[in-house]
This record gives sequence, C-alpha cells and structure tokens, in this order.
Amino acid sequence: MPPDTHKPRRPLLSSNSLWRMKSYLRPYATRLVFIWLAAIVGIGAGLALPLISEQVIDGPVAHGDSAGLLPLGLLAVGVGVVEALLIFFRRWAQVKPVLGLETRIRDDLYEHLQRLPMGFHGDWQSGQLLSRATTDLSTIRRFLGFGMLFLVMNILQLITVTVLLLNKYWPLGLLVLASSVPIVWTSLRFEKRYIKISRQVQDEQGDLATLVEESALGIRTIKAFGRRHHVYDRYDDAALKVYGSSMSKVRLSAKFFSFLEIIPNITLALVLLLGALAVGSGALTLGALVAFTTLMLQLVWPIASLGYILAMGQEAMTSADRLMEVMDTVPAIEGGTQTIERPRGHLRFEGVGFRFADADEPVLRDVWLEVKPGETVAVVGATGAGKTTLTALVPRLLDPTSGRVTIDGQDVRDLKLTTLRQVVATAFEEPTLFSMSVRENLMLGRRDATEEELAAAIQTAQAMFVYDLPWGLDTRIGEQGLSLSGGQRQRLALARAVLSRPRILVLDDTLSALDVETEALVEEALRHVLREATGIVVAHRASTVLLADKVALLRDGTITHVGQHQELLAQVPEYRELLAQDADFDGASEGALR
Amino acid sequence: MTTTTTPPPPNASGTASWRGVASEDQDELPEKVSVLLRARSRRLLGNLLRPYRKKITLLVGIIVVSNAAGLSIPFLVSIGIDSGIPPIRQGSGPSVLLTVVGVILAAAVTQAITRQAFLRLSGRIGQSILLELRRRVFDHFQRLSLSFHEQYTSGRVISRLTSDIEAIAELLQSGFDALVKAVLTMVGTAVLLLVLDVHLGLVALVPLPLLLLFTKWFRRQSAIVYRRTRETVALVIVHFVESMTGIRAVQAFRREPRNQEIFQQLNDDYRGANARSMQLGATFMTGIKLIGNMTIGGVLLYGGWLALHGEVKVGVLAAFLLYLRQFYEPMQEVSQFYNTLQSAGAALEKLSGVLEEEPSVPEPREPAALPPGGARGKVRFEGVRFAYVEEMPILPRLDLTIPAGQSVALVGATGAGKTTLAKLISRFYDPTEGRVLLDGVDLRTLDEPTLRQAVVMVTQENFLFSGTVADNIRFGSPDATDRQVREAAKAIGAHEFIAGLPDGYDTEVGKRGGRMSAGQRQLVAFARAFLADPAVLILDEATSSLDVPSERLVQRALRTILADRTALIIAHRLSTVEIADRVLVMERGEVVEDGPPARLIAASGRFAGLHQAWLDSLS
Ligand SMILES: Nc1ncnc2c1ncn2[C@@H]1O[C@H](COP(=O)(O)OP(=O)(O)O)[C@@H](O)[C@H]1O
Ligand SMILES: Nc1ncnc2c1ncn2[C@@H]1O[C@H](COP(=O)(O)OP(=O)(O)O)[C@@H](O)[C@H]1O
Ligand SMILES: [Mg+2]
Ligand SMILES: [Mg+2]
Repeated sequence: MPPDTHKPRRPLLSSNSLWRMKSYLRPYATRLVFIWLAAIVGIGAGLALPLISEQVIDGPVAHGDSAGLLPLGLLAVGVGVVEALLIFFRRWAQVKPVLGLETRIRDDLYEHLQRLPMGFHGDWQSGQLLSRATTDLSTIRRFLGFGMLFLVMNILQLITVTVLLLNKYWPLGLLVLASSVPIVWTSLRFEKRYIKISRQVQDEQGDLATLVEESALGIRTIKAFGRRHHVYDRYDDAALKVYGSSMSKVRLSAKFFSFLEIIPNITLALVLLLGALAVGSGALTLGALVAFTTLMLQLVWPIASLGYILAMGQEAMTSADRLMEVMDTVPAIEGGTQTIERPRGHLRFEGVGFRFADADEPVLRDVWLEVKPGETVAVVGATGAGKTTLTALVPRLLDPTSGRVTIDGQDVRDLKLTTLRQVVATAFEEPTLFSMSVRENLMLGRRDATEEELAAAIQTAQAMFVYDLPWGLDTRIGEQGLSLSGGQRQRLALARAVLSRPRILVLDDTLSALDVETEALVEEALRHVLREATGIVVAHRASTVLLADKVALLRDGTITHVGQHQELLAQVPEYRELLAQDADFDGASEGALR
Repeated sequence: MTTTTTPPPPNASGTASWRGVASEDQDELPEKVSVLLRARSRRLLGNLLRPYRKKITLLVGIIVVSNAAGLSIPFLVSIGIDSGIPPIRQGSGPSVLLTVVGVILAAAVTQAITRQAFLRLSGRIGQSILLELRRRVFDHFQRLSLSFHEQYTSGRVISRLTSDIEAIAELLQSGFDALVKAVLTMVGTAVLLLVLDVHLGLVALVPLPLLLLFTKWFRRQSAIVYRRTRETVALVIVHFVESMTGIRAVQAFRREPRNQEIFQQLNDDYRGANARSMQLGATFMTGIKLIGNMTIGGVLLYGGWLALHGEVKVGVLAAFLLYLRQFYEPMQEVSQFYNTLQSAGAALEKLSGVLEEEPSVPEPREPAALPPGGARGKVRFEGVRFAYVEEMPILPRLDLTIPAGQSVALVGATGAGKTTLAKLISRFYDPTEGRVLLDGVDLRTLDEPTLRQAVVMVTQENFLFSGTVADNIRFGSPDATDRQVREAAKAIGAHEFIAGLPDGYDTEVGKRGGRMSAGQRQLVAFARAFLADPAVLILDEATSSLDVPSERLVQRALRTILADRTALIIAHRLSTVEIADRVLVMERGEVVEDGPPARLIAASGRFAGLHQAWLDSLS
C-alpha cells in the first residue's frame, strides 16, 4: 500500500523562502553586527599566530637574540587569549538571536497551523507538520545561526590567507590558489548529489515512520487477525529501502571526504618541495616556509568545510521552502467581523450544499432547515448520509460549497470565529482527549467555569467516574496518561460541550457507546440543558430522537422530511425503516422475542 | 503500571497544573544519563556487534593505518625542512627533499584510500546494525502482548521506533567517525610530540591534567543540561502533535489562545534549556581554545629559546606548532557530538529495556493441534479467575460452555467484565487461574496462526490502515479474491457505499480512514472480520455507530454466512439480542442469568428489566 498518498508536492528550490526568514533576525541587529565583528577580528587573531612564529624563527632564533624572544612569545600568548575571548563572546552573543529566531518561527508556525481549517489537517499527517516544526527549523537555525557565519568567515579566511601567501611568495600562493579549484568544483557537484540522496533517505524514513505509527495504533487489529508477519514484512521492505539509500549516501560521502583530504595534503607536499627549493636558492626564508606550511594547514579545514556548509545551506533552503509551503497556505476559513451581542440561537440552513474537494458527488445539496431559538432538532439518516458533515458546517469546521448557514439572521461567514464558536459547541462522535488533566480537558471551551458548573456538567454527562480516578480531576488522561474506555471518553466529550454553555449545542451521535441505563440518565439530564439552548442531535435511536422537538430526515444528501417523531413514523416509510426497531424486521429473524 | 492504588503526591516541581498528574513520568529517561552504558545496554550492544567481530578488527587496522598516515605528514614536513634544505643550501641537490616529498605523497594517498575504506566499512556495519535493530525492535513490539501495549501506550512505541533509532543512527553516521578520529588523533599526537622531542613534548603536555579536569566538569554539566533539553523538547512535541491531531476540538472550542499560551511557554522552556546548552558549549570550546593557544604560545617561547640555543631544530619546532593545533581541534568537536553520544546512550537504554520485556501471553513451545478439519468453535471456561491487578479480580470464578455454532449475546452494565471475558477468548490475556478451551484444547497450547484463524474479535476501536478499501477488507485474509472481498461487503451491506466512492474498492481510505464516516469505517471493519471467516466471532460493541437497518443487515449476515459459527455479541442495543440463541447477563464478573432470550424475558430477572427499559426507550 502506498503509505502516504497525501504527501504534498514540494515546490522547486528557491533561496527566496530562506531570505524571508531574515525579518526574524531584525530585533537582534546590533548584536549581529557585534558577532560579525568579533568573527572577523577572531580570524585576524588566528592568522597572527603563525605569523608571529615566523618572526620568532626568522628573528631571535636565526640571530641568536634571546632578548627579542620574550616580547614575541608574550605577544603570541596575548593574541591567543584575545582569540579565545573573542570566540567566547561571539558564541555567547549568538545564543540569543539563534534561539530567538527558532522559537519565534515555531510559535508563528504553531499559531498559523491552529488557524488552518480541517480540510488542511485532513491532508497532512501530523508527523509531517512536526518535522517542519523540529527538524526543518533546526536546519534553518543551524544555517542562519552558524553556517552562514562560517561560510563568510571561511571565505574571508580563504581570501586573506591566499593574499598573505601570494604576498609572501607568489608562486606558492598561486599553487595553493589553484588547489582550491578542484575542491570547490567537487564540493558543488557533491552537494547536489548529496542533497538528492539525503532527501530520498528522508522520504523513505517518513514512509517507515508512517508504518510504525500504524503498527502501533492498529495493534489490536493486527493482533485480532494474527497478521504480525504481514505487518512485519511490509515494515521490513521499507527498512531495507532505507538501508539501501543510506548505503548510497555512505558511499558518496566516503568518496567525497577522502577526496577533500587528499588535495590539501598533496598541495602541502608540493609547497614543501617548491618552498624548500626556494629556501635553498634564498628566495624564501626558513621562517617564512614554516609560516607558509602552518598557514596552509589552517586552510585545510575552511576549504574542506566549504562543501559541508554549502550543503547545509541547500538543506536550509529546502527546509525554508517546506516551512513556507505551510506558512503561505491561506486559511480557507477565516472569520468575519460581525459579532452577536445577545445570541438567541436561531439557526437556519439556507439551500446548503457541500462537496469534499476530492469527491465527484456532493455529500449535501440544497439543505433547508430552520431551528428556532430553544428548539431541538434530531437529525436522522443512514450511515454515511452526511449527518456529521452537516453539523460541521455550523461552527465552520467546514464551509458550505453553496448556500449559507445563518445564526440569528447573520451568515456564519460574517461572524468572528470566536463569536461563532462561542455560540456553538459540539460533542463529537469520536471524542478527542488531550494529554492533560481531566479538568483542563473539560474546560477546553470555557476556562472560567466554576467548580459548581464543572460538577454539574459531569453530572449531566454521567461522568462521575472521574472522581474515582487516582487523582480525581487532576488525573492526566489521553495518550500520555490514563486510558479510558469508549463510553467514558464519550461522556467526557459530552460534559465538555455542555460545560461551555453554548446557545447552540450539537450532539453528534454522542450516546452511542453508553449502556441503556446510563443513556437514560444522560438523556434525562440533557433534557434540562436542551431546554435552554438550541439543539441539533444526531441520533440512531428512538430514545435519543425523543430529546428533540422535531425530527429532520437526511436522505440522498438533503433533508426530505421535517416533523414530529410519531408523525414521520406513521407517514414516511424511509423513516420508519431507520428508526422503528420492529417495523420491517424481516421474517428471516424468527426473533426469539416474538 | 498505569493504575496505582496509592497515588504519590502530585509532582509539584515545575509541572504546570494543566498537564495533570500521571503515576510515573512516562518519558523515561534513565535515572542517570551517562555514556557509560548499563549492563543490559552493553549486552544488547555486544549482541548487535558480535556478527561483525572480524570486520571490526579489520576496521581497527584500517583506522590505525589511516591515522598514522595522516599524522605522519606534518612530521615528514619537519623532516623535509630540517634534512631536505641543508643539502640544497650546500649544493648537493634535492634528492633528500625529493624522497621526503615522495613519502609525503605516498602517505597522503594511503590516508585517502584507507579513510575511504574506513568510512565505507564503518558505514556498512553501522547501517547493518541499524537495520537489525529496527527489525528486532519492531518484531518484538509486535510480539508483545496487548497488556503490554495497553500500558506502554502507542506514543511511546512510536518514539522508540523513530526518534530513538534515529538517535543511534545519528551517532553511527556522524558521531562515531568524529569520536574515533578525535581519540586517535589526540593519542597519536601526544605520542608523536614526545617522540619528536621529549623535553618540548612534556612541556606541551603540561596542561593535560587541566584539560581532563575541565572535560570532566563539562561532562557532568552537560548531562544535566542534556536531560533538561530532552524533557522540554518532549513536551513541545507532545503538545504540538496533539494540537494537530485534535484540531477539530481545538477549533470548535476556541482553544487556540490558551494553546498558544501553553505552547509559547513550553517553547520558551525549551529555548531556555537550549540556551544553557549552547552557553555550556561556548564555555567549553573557549576553554579548550584558551588552553590550546596558551600552550602554543608557551611552546613557541620555550621552543624558540631551545632552538636559539641549538637544542632543538627549527623543523621540529614547526612540527610542534602544527601538531598542537591538531591536538586541540578535535577536542572542540567533542563538545559538539557529546550530546549525540548521550542521546544514543539513552536510546539504547530504552530499546534494550523494551527488548527485555517478555510477552505475558507467550507462544507455546510445542503447539497443540485442533481436531482435524479445523476449529468447530466450542468455547469452554473452566474455573477461570482473572485479575488485571492482583487484588482486584474482575472475574472471580467463571465456568461456562458455549457449544459450537451458538450465538450468544452478552449484556450487562459498563464495567461488568464483558470485554474482559471476550479478551480471554481471543487470548489477549491469559486467565490467572483455570483455563479457556477451544474445542477442548487449552488456548495456551495453540500457536498464534491457528488461534487467530479460529477466533476473531471486532471492537469499537477499529483501525483502518492506509491503503485502499479492498486492502483493508482483505487484511485478515490476504489470499481472498476480489470477488470474495465484494461478497463480504455485500453481505453486510457495505457494498453500496463502497461502490459509490470515487474509485470504488480501490479508493484510498485516507489518514486513519478519514475519508469515511464513523459508521462506514465500522462496516469496513465488519467486512474484514466476515471475510476472515473465523470459527468464533466476537463483536464487542462493534455496531455502535451504525443506523438500525445497517446493524440489522450485519446481524442477518451473521445468521446466514456464519450460521454454523460461534458468535459472541456484546451490545447495548438489545435489538442485537434478538438474533441470539442465548443471553448471558453479567454483573460484577459473574454470569447472573443465562438462557434463551424469550425465557429470560418471561422470567422477571435482570434481563427482563433491561428489556423493558429498552422497549420504553423505543416508545
Ligand atoms: N474527508 C472526506 N473526504 C471525502 N469524503 C468524505 C470525507 N469525510 C466524509 N466523506 C464522505 O461523506 C459522506 C458523509 O459522511 P458523514 O457526514 O461523516 O456521514 P454520517 O452521516 O455517517 O455522519 C460519506 O459518504 C463519507 O464517505
Ligand atoms: N487494562 C486494564 N487494567 C486494569 N483494569 C481494567 C483494564 N481493563 C478493564 N479494567 C477494569 O475491569 C473492569 C471490567 O472492564 P470491562 O471488561 O471492560 O467491562 P465491560 O466491557 O463490561 O464494560 C472495569 O472495572 C475496568 O475498569
Ligand atoms: Mg457521523
Ligand atoms: Mg466493554
């Protein structure tokens, strides 16, 4: 099976995205200037040491001048201390901008993601989003924080040293300069191939991670069918793929890194040869040759790391693109500007149609439904009729593709999202609990709820079991905490919705996992809640339908009938089929009950 | 354990109250993060390395040669300066110089070749170990019993198999090479310095104790900082992922501002931890650099003085200056990958812990066979006692026989033990006492394939794997033909909606089956179970999201297709019970009523009451 068919396409590379990140560095401008200065002076100090050595050898040592030795030696120590201190200040000063950048971008990314609608989140695995918030951001941080600095420093160092060398003895300088040509050329080529293979490894690892996720979340199903070997084989195939590409990556870097080391060494040998000859012929002093070789060795690392840093820069660009791909997604659902002072909860669907982007047929078409303030409507329909979709249109988790939904006469799209979602609360059929305390989970929609209100909501949803948890309301639940049964989770979701005291309460098949007795108790309590609010109740059972003042039958994507339960039962065969338990219980069931 | 009877006091230190309290903090970093591995990690490591013993020996040989070649180059340069130049000056030609240069070139080539060999070989060994580790851990997780998974949680399984393995990969990829290089360079350089000139060499090595002390300090600090970084980043990740997976609830309940507040706080904590880590790194690097530079200065002074008095040659002094740089450079890198080393150590620790877990429901050594002709489906509980936690038996003592082919409805309030009973039949757990028999054979003696072919359980939490609808239906019986898949879907009334999907049976179900409604997902899960055609089928509240006619279709299919199969049906809606031959009413782990539905209704017991309540609810 293709593990991830929804993988978004990557746009072409562009340094543009990375460049756009610079605004995050603006608050640290002065600091950055200091850092760059410190870096440049640091290079100077680093280069001074070999030059001082040269002085020592050609001066005091050559002339037997012991008095001249001490000042030069002390100077070397002093320069060494200065270099170290500069490094210290630079690194220390870097902490703030580098981490500030990362933290701010992550905050912004999170904020943006929270604004993106359900449609977006349905397409993106959360793992992909996470890798943007962690791996990609670190890559960007590393490059903007260190890589770029090193890149410029290395180039500066390269230029300075080359100039120094040329200045000292130009034939050797030229030789060194020439030796950097193959290195730069190979680096650039290597980098291209390296990025390609790295990305391949990254993608394959992503696929592997998807398989891991499924094998963990679906463990019950796998065990129930005894399909351990099948799942293992699929994983093994993917792991072998990762192995194969990783090996290609290893081979490529092995070749490249050994190449990077041999060139400077060969150059060194040639420098020694020509340099010694020059010293022999008196064109060069001994000290200068020593300084030359020292300086040359100092070049090895900057040159060798050039390829690395360039690769890092490329990766950072890719990461920035990946990040910007998300950041540039305009939320398809944005709030309006209107507010409602005193919402009455008058809900109307006016010729509403809805089609999922990748579907041929609309799920809903021309839906008309009115729910007056305080009224409760039960929505009844077969499995997959579109009930959940219909309820998602009210708090604008989805937007209709035609027609409109209004509350108190205002199109929901004109309302501020906060206003709208304060008016509407939904208990979803598949309850979501977060790894937080029970209390925090319940107060999701209303942080200022009092203890009494909390207790009342728990009572309404018959979720008193929470008091028996090891730490009562402070017990952590969810993935990282205590696990609860389906029925328990549903009751918490219900309590959460009730607690936020909405004008419009939507219950999407919220009682399905409860046993009959609990259900009766919950329904009794809900009756009170629904008296005060406008309600939409998705139901399969007659008992739940009876919570409502009227019933709407959803069939073939539209609402075909609205009326009283008994009325519909008597007049509409489709309705009878859906709800009356014994209506056409076929003869095949010589039901023991009869 | 997730369930503790005596809760320890809430962990006050720094844990924000919104997180709530859990019995143990689950991000189990080993008590002391240390690069010195504990016994079980060492065992695992040894075990993983064993097949490569020969290759590793070869690797050591290669690396020694490679480093010797690399280290010899500055030394050779100094020889070239000291012995190659004087003959030229004296006019006796550059033959010595040429020899030295030739040797340098040879050394350079040797180094390049051996280095490439080293990188390839170590890469191969590393990747093979990684592959082996992935396979082992994955397979082991799949082997471990459900009881383990219920406690361990899927989140931790996922991070073992992703981030922990990656931590080890990271070490193998970058850290290992750097470590080996650093150690060998340092040792090699120290030796060379002493060989070059004992006197000057000793002076150059004077700061060594200081260096070691400093490194020790760094290691200790870094363990603390590292721990803090891991803890903070773990919280950032959990919060991020949960907000994204639960985005529907987040948006519907206007949770965004509060989430943002929490996230920024966590993100800021992470920043703080990271800042400390970077500052520590900066301090360490500077310290090393300072010591290094001072040493170079000192050597220049002292060496210059010695050279001045002719006690040391200029070339030797030059070599010293070159080597000293090499000596300190890798030390700085050590600070970079020390974190990698720590992560990998911690990861190995956790992985070895998982690998040492034993399945609580083990496979039999010598599997028994079912009667010839396959399972018939007779289930028997003999004196079964079961407890999740020793003190609290859920099933005190159960004796029960379900003849082959019977369909049994199991009813009772939430928490009565219905699911537990079903899990015993499907051997997700073993009874604490007594035994469960299938066709007269103890489940404990059946091997997994046999058992799973005979018994299938469908629960409320059905899971759809990424792939097409057909793939998912075929999950339990991979050899089924397209026609059989279709037949199974038809039988339970799922065909119509599947055929209506854009690509019919070949439609991708989307992330966790998100393309389908909750009820449709249940139908697919049913089709899967029906296609598997087990002798015993267990449905645990598996019809809850279906509308009544769909549910009835499923039941009809149960009666027709699986007419001669044993079925155990747990449901709250008593409509399900109508098709049952027999009803069991459970209360606190005991069967309190047992008989055909009609008889139980006629009597005035628990079931009659339930039934009346249900009828009332239909009104
Ligand atoms: N994300 C999606 N993409 C495409 N189709 C979808 C998606 N979600 C649901 N559907 C389809 O829309 C229809 C209505 O689904 P839903 O509203 O969940 O039904 P229900 O009435 O059972 O709540 C179903 O046929 C389902 O397959
Ligand atoms: N994994 C578990 N660990 C500890 N206790 C459990 C576990 N699963 C269920 N229980 C407890 O066992 C009892 C019976 O649970 P269960 O069999 O799920 O009941 P039912 O299916 O009838 O609602 C309950 O009190 C429940 O809290
Ligand atoms: Mg639904
Ligand atoms: Mg149960």
